[in-house]
Amino acid sequence: MTAHAPPSPAPPIGVLVELTHRCPLGCPYCSNPVSLERPAAELGTQTWTRIFTEAAALGALHVHLSGGEPTARRDIAEIVRGAAQAGLYTNLITSGVGLSEKRWSAIVEAGLDHAQLSFQGADKATNDRLAHYDSAWERKRAFAAMVTNAGLPLTINAVISRGNLHQVGAFIDLAVELGARRLEVAHTQYYGWALANRAALMPPRKEVEESIALVEGARTRLKGRLVIDMVIPDYYARYPKPCAGGWGRMAINVSPSGKALPCHAAESIPGLEFWNVRERSLAEIWRDNPAFQAFRGTDWMQEPCRSCERREIDWGGCRCQALALVGAAAATDPACHKSPHHARIAATAAAEAEADASAIRWRSYKDKVEA
Amino acid sequence: MTDMDSRSRPRLPRGVKLRHDDVRGRWTLLAPERIFAVDATAATVLQLCDGERDLAAIVAELAQRYNAPEAVIEKDVVAMLADLKAKRVLET
Repeated sequence: MTAHAPPSPAPPIGVLVELTHRCPLGCPYCSNPVSLERPAAELGTQTWTRIFTEAAALGALHVHLSGGEPTARRDIAEIVRGAAQAGLYTNLITSGVGLSEKRWSAIVEAGLDHAQLSFQGADKATNDRLAHYDSAWERKRAFAAMVTNAGLPLTINAVISRGNLHQVGAFIDLAVELGARRLEVAHTQYYGWALANRAALMPPRKEVEESIALVEGARTRLKGRLVIDMVIPDYYARYPKPCAGGWGRMAINVSPSGKALPCHAAESIPGLEFWNVRERSLAEIWRDNPAFQAFRGTDWMQEPCRSCERREIDWGGCRCQALALVGAAAATDPACHKSPHHARIAATAAAEAEADASAIRWRSYKDKVEA
Repeated sequence: MTDMDSRSRPRLPRGVKLRHDDVRGRWTLLAPERIFAVDATAATVLQLCDGERDLAAIVAELAQRYNAPEAVIEKDVVAMLADLKAKRVLET
């Protein structure tokens, strides 16, 4: 084979920025890495603004302002303004806890387009227990009212695990009551803290299937009022989810300290060097960083992915999950029924769904900041 | 099939934006967690959905612009707008 420069990849659709890993909640399913980044390492306002300009020029249309809790940044309104002025569609992904009316108004005025509000339960007891925060329920409801009062579209993100799976119907009612245009019924995906807590979070297959049927019924009933998106737990799926729409294909994540990642869990894969936006432009990273090239397209695939007719639909599934569950990042994601490991992980999930849920490890910012 | 009539005033709600994607050379409708590719004709229709014009005015303007019968235009426009309304990216 002759050496050749790889062709320029198609531009990303969206950029997800983890503005900070600080967060007042303690959700045990958190997708942040277990080793959290320090506040002192976080990028400043101007660097974020430059990244937004670079992202828009590269072809990104959406920016997802996430964390941790993004509103823990005192400059959140300035950050929103920078993203909006760059021409990006701005989406705030928030717990809704701890934002005053005044700071919210500043964020709206800065040009926010949409807010996505997480709920951990569809009643106070469940919500506050899973959020590990006593008055989260009241605060979240108050935040939802601030969003709809401002005329902004509201998405409710209900993260589902064994402890609240029975509330899927109640989450749908809650979303309608709060005036949401959209609801995500997002079954926990097992990375970071969620992987560490998998045995406490994994739901039984039968209840998952019942919840899927319930959502499908509600979609018909609420057509034109509420859009419901669902992410199913892929341990029980037949086909894997395409990781971030395909590695290095649709999305870029940026960590609080500026590391550009193909997905939020990519740092769990050893041997990849992730470039930092402090030192290089987003366009250069997207095109030239070997870590973004590592699993881009289909050339890296092994069997059964390589000859699979779905290889450009599923993109091999998730690299981080293949590594975590099979020990090889280039293996087929074992969520796929064609993986030789699929039966084993489905059996693991079924066994864990019967396990004792009391051994839960709450996400803790204080204890887990990296040295 | 729809609660739209000739006096409805379709508009994009807050949080939904029609934008030309210069990098890819096409129109897009940007919405929460969604991007809809929009062809040039649909973009023209959506530019008229300003909340001021009613459906009758939009259809009349398009009929003149494309030199086509209003009945034909109206059928296509209503179908397109009803689809977007069901997706919650258009209000009437």
